[in-house]
Amino acid sequence: MQSISETQRSSSAIAALALAEREDEVFLTLTVAGQTCSIPVLLVRDVLGPQAITPIPLAPAEVAGGLNLRGRIVTAIDLRRRLGLPPADNADKAMSVVVEQAGELYSLIVDQVGEVLSLPTAGICPNPPTLDPLWRDVSLSVYREEDRLIVMLDVERLLNIG
Amino acid sequence: MDDLLADFLTETHEGLSAVDEALLRLERAPDDAPTLAEVFRQVHTIKGTCGFLALSRLEKVAHAGETILGLYRDGSLKVTPEGITLIFTAVDAIRKIVVGLEQTGQEPEGDDSAVIAALDAAARGESIALPKAPEVKAAAPVEAAPIAAAAPRTQEAPAEAVQTESAAAQQTIRVSVEVLEDLMTLVSELVLTRNQLMQLARVSSDSQISVPLQRLSHITSELQEGVMKTRMQPIGNAWAKLPRLVRDLANELGKKIELEMRGADTELDRQVLELIKDPLTHMVRNSGDHGLEGPADRRAAGKPETGRILLNAYHQGGHIIIEIGDDGRGLPVEKIRAKVLAQGLATEAELAQMNEHDVLRFIFRPGFSTAQQITSVSGRGVGMDVVKTNIERIGGTIELRSKEGRGTTFTIKIPLTLAIVSALIVQAGGERFAIPQIGVVELVRVGDEHEGNTRIEMIKDAPVLRLRDRLLPLVSLSSLLRLREAPVGGLKGYVVVMQVGANVFGIVVDRVFDTEEIVVKPVAPILRHITMFSGNTILGDGSVIMILDPNGVARGAGITAEGRAEDQQTVTATGGIRSDSSTSLLLFRAGDQTPKAVPLGLVARLEDIPVERIEMSGGTPVVQYRGQLMPMVPIAGHWAAPESGRQAVLVFTEGQRSMGLMVDEILDVVEEPLIIQPGSDRLGYLGSAVISERVTDVIDTVYWLSHAGGDWFRGDRKSSASHQKPRLLLIDDSPFFRHLVVPALSAAGFDVTAVESPAEALRLRDAGVEFEALISDIEMPEMDGLSFARNVRASGAWMRLPLVALSSRAEPEDVARGREAGFTDYVAKYDRDALLSSLRECLSSPIAA
Repeated sequence: MQSISETQRSSSAIAALALAEREDEVFLTLTVAGQTCSIPVLLVRDVLGPQAITPIPLAPAEVAGGLNLRGRIVTAIDLRRRLGLPPADNADKAMSVVVEQAGELYSLIVDQVGEVLSLPTAGICPNPPTLDPLWRDVSLSVYREEDRLIVMLDVERLLNIG
Repeated sequence: MDDLLADFLTETHEGLSAVDEALLRLERAPDDAPTLAEVFRQVHTIKGTCGFLALSRLEKVAHAGETILGLYRDGSLKVTPEGITLIFTAVDAIRKIVVGLEQTGQEPEGDDSAVIAALDAAARGESIALPKAPEVKAAAPVEAAPIAAAAPRTQEAPAEAVQTESAAAQQTIRVSVEVLEDLMTLVSELVLTRNQLMQLARVSSDSQISVPLQRLSHITSELQEGVMKTRMQPIGNAWAKLPRLVRDLANELGKKIELEMRGADTELDRQVLELIKDPLTHMVRNSGDHGLEGPADRRAAGKPETGRILLNAYHQGGHIIIEIGDDGRGLPVEKIRAKVLAQGLATEAELAQMNEHDVLRFIFRPGFSTAQQITSVSGRGVGMDVVKTNIERIGGTIELRSKEGRGTTFTIKIPLTLAIVSALIVQAGGERFAIPQIGVVELVRVGDEHEGNTRIEMIKDAPVLRLRDRLLPLVSLSSLLRLREAPVGGLKGYVVVMQVGANVFGIVVDRVFDTEEIVVKPVAPILRHITMFSGNTILGDGSVIMILDPNGVARGAGITAEGRAEDQQTVTATGGIRSDSSTSLLLFRAGDQTPKAVPLGLVARLEDIPVERIEMSGGTPVVQYRGQLMPMVPIAGHWAAPESGRQAVLVFTEGQRSMGLMVDEILDVVEEPLIIQPGSDRLGYLGSAVISERVTDVIDTVYWLSHAGGDWFRGDRKSSASHQKPRLLLIDDSPFFRHLVVPALSAAGFDVTAVESPAEALRLRDAGVEFEALISDIEMPEMDGLSFARNVRASGAWMRLPLVALSSRAEPEDVARGREAGFTDYVAKYDRDALLSSLRECLSSPIAA
């Protein structure tokens, strides 16, 4: 079993290499409440450790606040809240993934940041119809990996708040 | 020199240099189509701009040049070296005129007919005749100039052109906006870094660093100012074309329009200026086309024939406000409502819940146009939505105020993105916020009474502060922003006294830090709907902080209402808090133990009549009173004549007639606000109210008056039968007062119609209903009596009608304000005799308009 899995891995790695030229197929994985998600790596501007975030009164609940990224103000979105998940136990260890959308910088507050990998089309499945409607709205599709499923997030939809 | 002209000169110099260069290239490769096209384009641009600036001499030369270049470009004429030389000659002629323009601001005298003739001849395909001395341009072949003699003036041209290498070209450089943008970003970063350094220097007390740091700070400030300046332009630049546009518009539409422009030197970012130019033009066009009426209509409405369009620009709290107003017919609310329904943009129920202002905002919806006919000018349904989108794209907002018959005013508010402002850093609810210094009037420390500080007082839930001679309304920042709640009353802290327009109010904060220069950065689009903030910034310590928008705060706290009074004078005059209007009430007891009340104003006299004098006439008790028989009505329902004693009577009088209401006991006269809880179905009672902390029945005078005999209301009719009864319209939102005033006036021989709102009254007016006089309450929701008066006076059939104000506020300044708004007379609520005498006076002498 192990060896088969290994071969599959390596073959997918080869595929990844082949596809790496098409950068739009490369994704950054991140984790919220144990679920692995991915966003296109091209949108990512920065990955930051725990940050001082200024809360913004009257803002939508999903907006965690504003943070300073080398002199630029980044609007932080709490991905747990955005996905209807309970707050993290150790919120102080949260990571920020800074993405750019229509010239504005946003940071997605996530539990953990994973790796950069390519997700070949072959492994991509449509959203299961039973998926939570909130998730269905922001998930483009689901990628099947041997040991996990990756929810491929639509950043534009994620940032469509309020 | 005119800015426009200066721009033109700079551009033309550049254009001419480009033409020179291109012509030289063309000489080497006569068939190079792109180069030809470029030359053509340059000359064409020059010609076009000349026409615009009315530079006729220049235009003629450029036009002749353009014609031949056009032929070259199309290939209908072959490019020859002679032709190129001829064009060079034309370019030199243009340059000479341009140089003259630059020196005097006017086209120099001169004759270009030779050049033009040569150009025209060449364009007709005749052989090239060079109107110029051959020795100047060595390339010009002499044998090709058989006919035309050189014009003496043009001979000077080349020499001069060489000598005057354009002063304008040296004074200004064209820099791409991107470069300026980058510079601005860099300066912003520099300012922030400087702030951080200053913060550090404050903590460490290293004196060595402080002097150079001071210098750095100083230079940074100057640099920042300089860079800002490069981007700023007066808004007048965007307005430059408007007078002409309005003039043409007036001619085309047969209207008389006066355009007034205020604050043309208000500077704003060049890029912002470019973006608002088109929306502004569009809105001015709209004002002229739909807003203003034709001279005949205006005359009919009693307005001056010449309509006015007012453009006003000014800075306010880090924003630029641009107002575009007209004194035209205003937006037709009803038409818009109908259109909204017809287009299915809202249901009738939804519309019913909207106030006028919300209905008007539908004009910002795509495809919405109320113009009945499409003119060549506007009314194509692409309009206000595009304007709104364009303004919102640069982070601005657009608001409108409109009064039918009075005009429409659009207010555009554009934030100064990228602007650097001085701000006060405060703390509330554990968070820090920046308040732009520009709106801050003063800081007051509150709490700690023993230290002699002022204390926040509460009126119900409204915190106020006594500040010298005024009562300052307060807003708690933490509760406004729904931060951690803190009891305001016992709070120690600071009040930041703000002025927004004419409104002065205080923001209660927990702490005040210092002031800091901040770079206003726009908030992310997903946060733009929060009107409390104008932007955000990074402080010296590197943290992000939100910048409060004083306007938004004032609006959020309900300090500036949407439909605030039009002129600011009235706004300032109404500062302070007044109690609800109160009424003098007579309390009495009759029948049962529940106290009863009647407005004192209705009662003519209180009498105490010996029982013996009460006689019976036809089953009704009557009394001989002042030479007449006065019917007596027992309020308790039945009345049995007591053996002896005295009977308390409330006497109501109308004209010559009197009626007595018999009561058991007169209790008191109190001055209290009267809030009637309806619901009682008892005949003769309007309902109950709490008066002097007791539940009190309020009697329905109409019922009792009618009980006094069938002829009570008809009393005066006989005497006034010879002429029509004067028709009155009463506008009062309180059903009680309508109840009170209508019978009193009807009894006095008037034909009274009562409505509950000015809007309803105006509908009657627009429906063509006629009255002889109007009586209006002042304090009313939505539209108050003052606005109503202004509206009536502005236009329509009721313009010259007597207009009597009926108000519980009758202080001299109230009366003055009433008269200013157009009221003929001002009567205290409710002084019946005064009202009647006022009406008689008004109706006997027609009002001079």
